[in-house]
Amino acid sequence: MSSPPRIPAFHRDAGRFLADDARVGWHDQALWHLRAKRDKAAAATPDWEALRDHAAALKAHVLDQLPELWTRFSANARAAGWTVHFAADAAEMRATVHGLLTAAGVRRVVKSKSMLSEECGLNPHLEAHGFEVVDTDLGERIVQLRHEPPSHIVVPAIHLKRAEVGELFHRELGTPAGLDDPTALAHAARADLRRRFLAAEAGITGVNIAVAETGAMVVCTNEGNADLGTALPPLHIAVVGAEKVVPTLDDAGVLLRLLARSATGQPITSYTTHLAGPDPRRPGHACHLVVVDNGRSRLAADEHHRRALSCIRCGACLNTCPVYRRASGHAYGTVIPGPIGAVLAPAMIGTAAARALPFASSLCGSCTQVCPVRIDLHDQLLAWRRQLADEGLVPLSKRLAMRAGAWFLAHPRLFAAGGWLGRRLGFLARLPIPGPHRLWLRHRGMPDLPADSFRAQWKNRHG
Amino acid sequence: MDVALFVPCYVDQLYPRAGLAAAEVLEGCGCRVSFDARQTCCGQPMANCGCASDAARLARRHLDLFRGKVTVSPSGSCVGMVRGHYQELGLILDDEDRRTIANTFELCEFLVLKMGVERVAARFPHKVSVQRSCHGLRELGLGTPSERTDGRGPSPAERLLAGVDGLTLLVPERADECCGFGGTFAVTEDEVSARMGRDRCAAHAATGAEFITGSDWSCGMHLDGIRRKQGAGPPFIHVAEILASR
Repeated sequence: MSSPPRIPAFHRDAGRFLADDARVGWHDQALWHLRAKRDKAAAATPDWEALRDHAAALKAHVLDQLPELWTRFSANARAAGWTVHFAADAAEMRATVHGLLTAAGVRRVVKSKSMLSEECGLNPHLEAHGFEVVDTDLGERIVQLRHEPPSHIVVPAIHLKRAEVGELFHRELGTPAGLDDPTALAHAARADLRRRFLAAEAGITGVNIAVAETGAMVVCTNEGNADLGTALPPLHIAVVGAEKVVPTLDDAGVLLRLLARSATGQPITSYTTHLAGPDPRRPGHACHLVVVDNGRSRLAADEHHRRALSCIRCGACLNTCPVYRRASGHAYGTVIPGPIGAVLAPAMIGTAAARALPFASSLCGSCTQVCPVRIDLHDQLLAWRRQLADEGLVPLSKRLAMRAGAWFLAHPRLFAAGGWLGRRLGFLARLPIPGPHRLWLRHRGMPDLPADSFRAQWKNRHG
Repeated sequence: MDVALFVPCYVDQLYPRAGLAAAEVLEGCGCRVSFDARQTCCGQPMANCGCASDAARLARRHLDLFRGKVTVSPSGSCVGMVRGHYQELGLILDDEDRRTIANTFELCEFLVLKMGVERVAARFPHKVSVQRSCHGLRELGLGTPSERTDGRGPSPAERLLAGVDGLTLLVPERADECCGFGGTFAVTEDEVSARMGRDRCAAHAATGAEFITGSDWSCGMHLDGIRRKQGAGPPFIHVAEILASR
């Protein structure tokens, strides 16, 4: 039911966002603000770097043990009253959730934040089948009302100005025209959501961490919306990516110390809930968990790229990425944008579809330095570039230019002569002759070209 | 000490003064400097495009030319390529290759960490804002990236700049944000690259600096190009040129 994934056209879509200078400015600043708060929180945490080491080792261990951990988890979760389902791909996930809702006679659903549900196209599927699905995270609700995907995995509506949210709420929720006070807008959304919570017959949530030893799911929110969405309706369906399991509660503690600090600089999210299964005091309360693979075990078996599965979805690499901050999440055209999105996309949607994304980076390496689980993000981007080139997915013009360049540069006399000529003909670059130099000169002035190269001057001095 | 100078291809052709200044500074610190004119490029542009076999061709040449030598270069980025990425290109590297790789240093890194130089006799009575170029900072570990909590102190370049007579060292807001050059990224994603460059130029200008400096003319080429297009802002000068100023 979900539409086929769009082939990301980063250059075009980034250009569209960049056309609005002022928007780029505050988008960049808003995300940098999160990065700065993350820095403060990291600095205030003793042994932050050791904690990252620990988390990286933990996640590597998890990737080695996925089947065993899910077996252990399932046994404990079933004992606690969960019904555990496994879905091999997005279609199976949608069918499982759809089936559960149908079996329970549910039409109205509230859903807390879940990037996995975005990945699987759950909302469009359910809506096409007549279900009402209301996203209850405020940012998610905003982008849902706008019929667009989130542009960030933690702050989904970061690309919007509050005035735009005001207009949206005026249209959709009947707030007074011109109202753009964030508190008033939040109150309006809250009033509307309360109504939806009370009417909902089922709650869907994502999962941040599945704890094998307890069989419990840890869900983190700042708005308490996952708690309301699971506390009121009789049916709870949790959806979790197959990489999100950890062995013990202590392990969950390690990730929780890193997660919110890396995401927003908070020591911990306002609500960190361990969902332990159906409440015996609530007659008819049913809890289902859908564990979704959708390419994850394939990626876990790929020794070159598996580390991307360590991601805990904190968004720190998005916040720090100077490219993401200026291009915005929508430019990536994938469910998960930013450095981690560009690293995951070739594995998840295929190298051909994602071929632009590993090149949407200046390789500054800031992502690698902020990642709480030490994914070598910028090196992963480079590794994907090599794979794309091997598969013939780098544009021919670029490959030919690099082949020719390598040949030219392997001949020092030719290189010296070419340089000499180039410096003398450099003025021609000002003429409107097409070529990559035009893209350079569109934004940058010509350097003053020296008469002589270093090698010529060195030879003059030293013979 | 005998030192083989590795002058990046674009520095050779476009910014020869940085190469000459690097040689001068090294000689001033007691090194015997040689330059092998068969050298051209380390292969970074090809490697960054994913074209590993093209990069490997140049990497092989480079390693053969500098075999057995102590190599110093006025570029953190090209040294980062040699030290950090030559093993990713499918080359067969012998022990001597690995020694050659390990004996390749960025200019200030070499002076401060290898030769123990704390101060060079230089005078540059100007306000200078420093561009902490990404590859030297985050790949070679020269200095402390702002993301990290385990401080390694200032970079060798900044330690030397701090000792230059008359120089006022300034650090822009967002101390180590990328300038947006990124090799072919500068033309394939030209809009993002240029915006990053304009933002960085503005941050440097806001310090009140008369010059921007750094260990890489590649970042400089981009930032200085942006400045020329805008017609205002501090020009770029390579750190070697400052260290060679009297």
